[in-house]
Amino acid sequence: MFETLITLSLVLISLSILGTLYRLFWGPSMPDRVIAVDSVGINIIGLVAIVSVMLNTQAFLEVILLIGILGFIGTISFAKFLERGEVIERDRNR
Amino acid sequence: MAWLQLAILSPFLLAIFVPFLYKYVRQIHTGWFVLILPLVLFTYLVQFLPTVSRGESIQHTIEWIPSLGINFTAYVDGLGLLFGLLITGIGSLVVLYSIYYLSKEKEALNSFYVYLLMFMGAMLGVVLSDNLMVLYVFWELTSLASFLLIAYWYQREKSRYGAQKSMLITVFGGFAMFAGFILLFLMTGTYSIREIITQVATISTHELFIPAMLLILLGAFTKSAQFPFHIWLPDAMEAPTPVSAYLHSATMVKAGIYLVARLSPIFAGQAEWFWLVAGFGIVTLFWGSFSAVKQTDLKSILAFSTISQLGLIMCLLGLGSAAVHFGYDKETALYTTAVLAAVFHLINHATFKGALFMVVGIVDHETGTRDIRKLGGLMSLMPITFTLAIIGTFSMAGLPPFNGFLSKELFFTGVLNASQLNLFEMQTWGMLFPVLAWVASVFTFIYSMVLVFKTFTGKYQPEKLDKKPHEAPIGMLIPPIILASLVVIFGIFPNLLSYSLIEPAMASIIPSVLGPEQQFYVNIYHWHGLTTELYMTIGVIALGTILYLSLSKWSGIYNWFPKKLALNHFYDHGLISMERVANKITRFHMTGLIRDYLVYIFAFLIIVIGGGLFTLNAFTFDSSTTAPIGIYEVILALIMVVAAVAVPFAQSRITAILSVGIVGFMLAMFFVVFRAPDLALTQLIVETVSVALFLLCFYHLPKLKKEISPVPFRATNFMISLGVGLVMMLVAFSAIGNRLFTPISEYFLEASYTEAGGRNVVNVILVDFRGFDTMLEGLVLGIAALGVYSLIKLRLARREDLENQ
Repeated sequence: MFETLITLSLVLISLSILGTLYRLFWGPSMPDRVIAVDSVGINIIGLVAIVSVMLNTQAFLEVILLIGILGFIGTISFAKFLERGEVIERDRNR
Repeated sequence: MAWLQLAILSPFLLAIFVPFLYKYVRQIHTGWFVLILPLVLFTYLVQFLPTVSRGESIQHTIEWIPSLGINFTAYVDGLGLLFGLLITGIGSLVVLYSIYYLSKEKEALNSFYVYLLMFMGAMLGVVLSDNLMVLYVFWELTSLASFLLIAYWYQREKSRYGAQKSMLITVFGGFAMFAGFILLFLMTGTYSIREIITQVATISTHELFIPAMLLILLGAFTKSAQFPFHIWLPDAMEAPTPVSAYLHSATMVKAGIYLVARLSPIFAGQAEWFWLVAGFGIVTLFWGSFSAVKQTDLKSILAFSTISQLGLIMCLLGLGSAAVHFGYDKETALYTTAVLAAVFHLINHATFKGALFMVVGIVDHETGTRDIRKLGGLMSLMPITFTLAIIGTFSMAGLPPFNGFLSKELFFTGVLNASQLNLFEMQTWGMLFPVLAWVASVFTFIYSMVLVFKTFTGKYQPEKLDKKPHEAPIGMLIPPIILASLVVIFGIFPNLLSYSLIEPAMASIIPSVLGPEQQFYVNIYHWHGLTTELYMTIGVIALGTILYLSLSKWSGIYNWFPKKLALNHFYDHGLISMERVANKITRFHMTGLIRDYLVYIFAFLIIVIGGGLFTLNAFTFDSSTTAPIGIYEVILALIMVVAAVAVPFAQSRITAILSVGIVGFMLAMFFVVFRAPDLALTQLIVETVSVALFLLCFYHLPKLKKEISPVPFRATNFMISLGVGLVMMLVAFSAIGNRLFTPISEYFLEASYTEAGGRNVVNVILVDFRGFDTMLEGLVLGIAALGVYSLIKLRLARREDLENQ
């Protein structure tokens, strides 16, 4: 029962990643794509968590944290890039 | 080190000091210092005469590369000593001559004598070496020294052309010879000529025997200017006359003759050897003498004459090799006559040709030209030179009482005997030899007469000459006088040479003919009765005189010969078209497009790895060790495939970049699923950073010509990418089923905590078990970072622009 549930949720999350790919490729605007990438990241977090349960290990908890940080940083920098045209601005006082 | 090796190397040692002598002792002509050495060497070698004429030989070995069987073995027997005496004897005379020929003020004497000494040492090394590899080293050194000497006046274009031509041809032959030597080594297991000769019986049926013979003969023929490789010799006449006299008449061009004679004990007795050596010899003899008649330059006449006489000697060596079949007794002495004639003519040619070159050099030096159309009537102005020329040319033409007459008679005897051989199909073709030999002798007679009479008799034309001609200084006359007196002495007392030099040399050329305690019977005399040979000589003189007197009437036949068929034409056009074709090929495949080069690389990979494994039937798939596949793995793989396939079809670059990012994240997911947390962590970070870098590059693409078009489709690229993927997939599948031994990872799992004190096995491997790789990868990262920094910061081109403004 537990096994089936785990597998089922893995399958569902994988399918939802597949679904976000649609938005990534055919998303009409750039923010659509960025959101798609972000949700791929969040899906991956869930995926890793379920895999950890399935494998009965704590070794992947860092991975979850890391994806969270990277997803956040990535989305923020994209947003800044789309808004300002630059990710790291030059120091004007120099 | 034995004295003998020191003697061979002494010219090289002296060559080191020559530039210093030239620089610091300016008031004395450098040649005087050089002159001492060949004289000393000559006297040293003369001391071997009694030993060698007793039939003994001297051998000294110094180990050079003993592990490869290459030792510096100096070996003196009859043949080696004969050549050694020629090299040092004529070498001394040439050095003396060059002292008066080359001006102390105008010429770069240091380089001249360095090259000349280098050549002398190399030539001594060739003739006195028993080891084939050492012989080859010295052989190439003679080519190199000859190249340097021909281009001595390197400011002239023709000198450079001649030097290049001779270098290309002789080095081509040298390489072939080298290959032949290696084949000999493969057959016998030794480089020593002595030891190879003892194994002749076993190797003569070996399958490599004929290739070795052909390759070695190619080396000998190119060096000795045999047809059709003779074309470099006339162009080598751009060298200073002492060089022509020494290298291109007396010594270097005889290195091929030496090689054929030296290796005769190995190859003689084979029909191929007999026909190749004798056939090429007689053709060269005929072609050389035929071509010599039409030349107008004195040195060109002598060059073609040298070619033809070398052909004569070569032919005799080939005919003489038949003697091996018969053994030795008084009856079959007929067949060994050819070898006797070869050795005797070798000596004679060196004497009279050396003298003639020196005479021509004197004429050139005193009148400023070597063109026979401008010369004439010098007889009364240069009486000594004229006498020397008469002796030299009459000997060359084969007139009594000079030594050329004797060797020509012996030559006729040799070819007549050979034509009666009932061996090697000589019954059918044998008559060609005397006929060709006789015709060639007629031409030899004609050009000899042209050489002496067009230069010294006839009308004196002072208006065509640059200088006022007068007799040469005595120092310049001494060397040709010595040589000419030798011509006369050997002509009148030929038996001075017979048992001291000729017989031992014959014994080293055809040793198997002699039984123990036997000697060749050598008796050369002028009058042997009213034989065919005598009538042939009379015929040569009669027809030659008639043809010489009517030369202007028939010399037009030389114009019939089409220029396009000339060998020089082939050589020049061969070089040009070779260059052109090479350029064409290079331009065809070196397009400068990385795309094309990648196509080559990948196509090669498919052909070599795919084709190779396919022919070896290595593609097997064994599913017994594979793990079961979960459904989420399938879906993850599906996502990865969709993202990867989307890359080439993406409409814009940003989609492609994001797709690549997805592929990377999915890979991290696979790391998670396959239980590799460290890899997953690293992969996530690296993927994020590289996607950011891709975006950076994308953002900085130039505004102009910004292409947001899909990747164009190319069938070749598609096929190749499909092929590479397929091959790699098959290789990977085949590799799964072919695990040869259990992996080492069991040890790491066990030893990680007990040996290294860490529970994270991956990290323990990275920093402990295999920390060395990690260190170097850290270095790679450091280099990359520094490289990026310097690429961004260091802008030399722009700085230059600023400085130029």
